[in-house]
Amino acid sequence: MKTQLLKYGAMVTFVAALLSGCSTTGGDEETTATSMPSQSVSTGSVSTGDVSGSTLGTDSAVPRVFYFEFDKAVLNAEARAALRLHGEWLRAHSGVNIRLEGHADERGTREYNMALGERRANSVRDFLVQEGVNGAVIEVISYGEESPAAMGSNDASWALNRRVEMK
Amino acid sequence: MRRKQGLLISLSLLLLMWLSPAMAEFTIEITQGMDNPTRIAISPITQSGKALSEDVSNIVSADLERSGLFSSIPRQNMLSFPATLKDVYLRDWRILGAEYLVVGDVVDRGGRYQITFSLQEVTGGRNVFTKVVDGTPGQIRDMAHHISDQVYEAITGIPGAFSTRVAYVTAYPLNGRMNFRLMVSDADGFRERMLLESKQPIMSPAWSPDARELVYVSFETGRPAIFRQQLASGTREQLTNFRGLNGAPSWSPDGRKLALVLSKDGNPEIYTYDLITRQFTRVTSHFAIDTEPNWTPDGKSLIFTSDRGGTPQIYKLAIASGQVERLTFAGSYNARPRLAPDGRTLVMVHRDNGNFHIATQDLVTGDLRVLTQTYLDESPTVAPNGAMLLYATKQGDKGVLAAVSLDAGVKFLLPARFGDVREPAWSPK
Repeated sequence: MKTQLLKYGAMVTFVAALLSGCSTTGGDEETTATSMPSQSVSTGSVSTGDVSGSTLGTDSAVPRVFYFEFDKAVLNAEARAALRLHGEWLRAHSGVNIRLEGHADERGTREYNMALGERRANSVRDFLVQEGVNGAVIEVISYGEESPAAMGSNDASWALNRRVEMK
Repeated sequence: MRRKQGLLISLSLLLLMWLSPAMAEFTIEITQGMDNPTRIAISPITQSGKALSEDVSNIVSADLERSGLFSSIPRQNMLSFPATLKDVYLRDWRILGAEYLVVGDVVDRGGRYQITFSLQEVTGGRNVFTKVVDGTPGQIRDMAHHISDQVYEAITGIPGAFSTRVAYVTAYPLNGRMNFRLMVSDADGFRERMLLESKQPIMSPAWSPDARELVYVSFETGRPAIFRQQLASGTREQLTNFRGLNGAPSWSPDGRKLALVLSKDGNPEIYTYDLITRQFTRVTSHFAIDTEPNWTPDGKSLIFTSDRGGTPQIYKLAIASGQVERLTFAGSYNARPRLAPDGRTLVMVHRDNGNFHIATQDLVTGDLRVLTQTYLDESPTVAPNGAMLLYATKQGDKGVLAAVSLDAGVKFLLPARFGDVREPAWSPK
């Protein structure tokens, strides 16, 4: 199991390097972003039981946070690359349940942002299902703008908050 | 009442006010008032010179000033403190430039306070009214707001909304995680009460038409769910538990139904929920986002936000026929609609040059008017008299409440001491 994970991680790093190419800023953003959610995770409560059995939780280096443009739910190339790897892994581990938490930045109205967060999480779910993952193992939940990853009313914070977290 | 005594009493009253500072979550900063507010004097309302546990005249003065339509004569400038009309020397008030004077006297009738209060027009010397209100010692603030309502209506012709309440959500970090609270206070920010505290988000409070209950969204189950809660007893009930969104509840004017949003069928759709039969009826059918429903005053239609046209805009749905009509066309973001009590003034969040502001649109003429210039404005809620609206905005990185009159002439901020305050909902009565 361990070796498999290590292999998986190595492959991911390799692919991520290929994808990011010369764009180092993209890489930096990912690192910052993937570490941010662990703070906000503590506020989300529920299916920690479900997730704890998931190797997605701790060992994988594949990004588990995916970012979006304002009022958009379109997956970017980095997200798609990461999700292909997640999809592969999830197909191989059919007993693992995941939870997709959709979020929005604080601009615009709260209930519309709830809908937008759900639309983003659905984009991720639909992609994984296309990749052959059983939709029944995926739970989608939107937090709208209620659970920001980054505080602050500025472009940098907003960019980090328009996201879907995979747990 | 003689003048020297008046001065003495005024000093002791000032001291009393100083010693018993009223604690409120909000301090009000009026940022814009009317150019020529009506000058009014509220003579101290006491029990034959003995102060009550709450200063009725100060409450009335603060109410009237907060409307932006009045400026009150400071107590320390008053030359006499009449309690009844027969004690009034009009020139004492004319010299101060007062246009109106309120006097009142409190009598203890077997444990209940009875306040006889009069409104006097100073310039013409006319007695506008003399009225009586009574209540328990615990209802002094209610009696004061009642006096404010009567005075406001007699002078402006518009019913007062000072006896109303506001529900809102607060959020602040506590031990490294956010703490959410559903709160209710009087419209002046006093007598704040906590209805619910949670480590999970609380959203979208909305009043029942009788102002005895609230519906709201709570994530306490780990997912958004709609709850109903009685204010007096605190009794609460979870109404929805569907997969996906359970949000944006809005109570019908007849009190029998809710409009709400569920995404159980795949994407956000608007439903009505009959509180008696417990039946859900889906009323929209579109692959786009449909959300934020709000009833028209006649209860026959819902206004709501949808991005079915590519950007969020406001639509109106006739419930019986299912016919949908687009209401907004100006700009690329119009959302969270509310109707003023006139049924004609649409209030919404409008993006204007990239900034989110509160705007009104006259549904007859189509005129759009941006009312606010603050930052990241949202969640407008109109007072039941249609004179003012409250909304949520940002000051620095902090969420605060603010108010603006529907004619945009009066603006004020209600900064809280700590944490974010958001999603005000003005009680319907």
